[in-house]
Amino acid sequence: MDQILVQTLHGLVNGMVLAMVASGLTLIFGIMDIVNFAHGDLMMLGAFVGASVVGVTGNYWLALVVAAIVIAVLGALLQITTLRPLIGRDPLTTILATFGVSLVIQKYALWQWGPSVRRINEPVPGEFTLFHLQYPWYRVATAVLAGLIIGGLWLFLKYGKYGIWIRATTQDRVMAQAMGIPVPLVYTGVFAIGSAMAAASGVLFGPFAGVTQTMGFDFTLRAFIVVVVGGMGNLGGSILASIFVSLLESYASIVVSPAQAVIVSFVVLVLTMLFRPTGLFVPTPK
Amino acid sequence: MPAARPRPPAVGYWIGFGVVVVLLVIAPLVLPPFWQRFATEILVWGLLAMSSDILIGYTGMVSFGHSAFFGLGMYGAAAALLTVKPPSLGLALFYGLVAAGAAAVFVAYFATRLRDIYFAISTLVFSQIFYVIIFTWTEVTGGENGLTFSQPRLTIPGIWSVRFTPVTFHWFVLAVVLLSYLLVRRITQSPFGMVLQSIRENEPRTRAIGYHVERYKIVAVMLSGLFAGLSGVLYALQNKFAAPDFVFFVVSGEVVIFNVMGGMGTLVGPFAGAAFFLLLREGLSRFLTEYYLIPLGIIFVIMIIFLPQGLLGFLRRRLNA
Repeated sequence: MDQILVQTLHGLVNGMVLAMVASGLTLIFGIMDIVNFAHGDLMMLGAFVGASVVGVTGNYWLALVVAAIVIAVLGALLQITTLRPLIGRDPLTTILATFGVSLVIQKYALWQWGPSVRRINEPVPGEFTLFHLQYPWYRVATAVLAGLIIGGLWLFLKYGKYGIWIRATTQDRVMAQAMGIPVPLVYTGVFAIGSAMAAASGVLFGPFAGVTQTMGFDFTLRAFIVVVVGGMGNLGGSILASIFVSLLESYASIVVSPAQAVIVSFVVLVLTMLFRPTGLFVPTPK
Repeated sequence: MPAARPRPPAVGYWIGFGVVVVLLVIAPLVLPPFWQRFATEILVWGLLAMSSDILIGYTGMVSFGHSAFFGLGMYGAAAALLTVKPPSLGLALFYGLVAAGAAAVFVAYFATRLRDIYFAISTLVFSQIFYVIIFTWTEVTGGENGLTFSQPRLTIPGIWSVRFTPVTFHWFVLAVVLLSYLLVRRITQSPFGMVLQSIRENEPRTRAIGYHVERYKIVAVMLSGLFAGLSGVLYALQNKFAAPDFVFFVVSGEVVIFNVMGGMGTLVGPFAGAAFFLLLREGLSRFLTEYYLIPLGIIFVIMIIFLPQGLLGFLRRRLNA
């Protein structure tokens, strides 16, 4: 019973972090039709930048901001150099190009920071007692913070001037251009925002299990899964899907080893694609 | 495209083909041992890339999961060589193909219902399922350490049996690869292959004409999986081991790189891509060790942007003549 409770909490917390990774991915996909294979690697890079800043200044919150900004700039540069020339080509070429980028980022991280695991110290000390089990506060704080950031993104998209630009571009890019919205700039901006989300989630995830240069692929895959399960390009759907999948994985890891629990999310993905390819958490299209 | 495109004469093609084959036959006799082995490896990886070209180049489906078929080919061969005494080459091939074929049936049945990026992601996910199973099922697959075994002898039952030398093994691989190439070439030029290409060009129209598109796709994935399994068996025979690393995504990614670099839809392009990639890796890793992927990844991205047809893409018409 205790275990189920703890795993529920674990699942919720992991789900919120995953939701943050996935929301960046789904934003980029929904607006630009780009499947960003390097998303997890941008997250990993953000986590490393964050770890370095924490190492120098000791300030976790500063690290969060710095990592987000650095990776946002990097994302904008990536979009301009590699993705902008591919606009108008088969969307599959963007998978290939971002896959190439992910290889480069991964090896760069290995070269810069080495193969060992880096830990980011918990920003919030202390634990609370759940029945007779200890649960650290920072995990709860992380989940809340992730929720706040995603909420901020949603508010920005809904009410902000540039958010409205972005949504207009999603709906009809030709019309948006005709109304005077600088579409190429919107694309670059969206990619930068998505990258910043990835970086921030990397820093948030840092205290959980440490940062390694191979974690990117794992998160890319998991983010893909929840984005498809939640309905491609649908922000609310991918958040629900993240929590759903993470909860299932947490419960599965009571029975089998965590390495095998991953299969649960694979199975959820396959079943979703077979029976409800539009996504689990979206209304049935007419 | 005009209905009656005059076929360019294929004489030039066959002359070029003959020259390359002769060079490949002579290669192990003149090359030093290291490059001998390298040439054999290019053939094996090229075969894997060519199998994926059936999907990427001819049917228009990008598979990010070819490592599953390749790896199961390896483990199938390992199963045959470890359980049956004396180890038999034919049985290794048979087991490897059965294992890869079974995986291909499974993947084909589910993944072909999806298109474009969804197909790519689902093949990736399926290959990861196989990877996790192989990695964690230590009692059977040896887990992280994989399985090692001894090389079988080249035998024709009852008549002849010799031990493989690097040179004869190269010839054996070359023979298998050549046969596979000619077979796949014949398949892609058959009416069946034409339907695959028409799916690539315009799927709704192909369906409208009355072809059962899903069935064609399933067969294409299975064919591709079988040839990928075959290359897995060859690789296992060459290196005398099977390891979970070869079921991991990295191999699938490399296969896609080979195709893009060499030229999709040409069948020989993937071989050229494999050779180009492996030579670059060899050259770069001399002084960059494992960081060779940084310049290589950059070259790859540049090629996608500026040379989307790949190295041999300009020969596409001629190679399919």
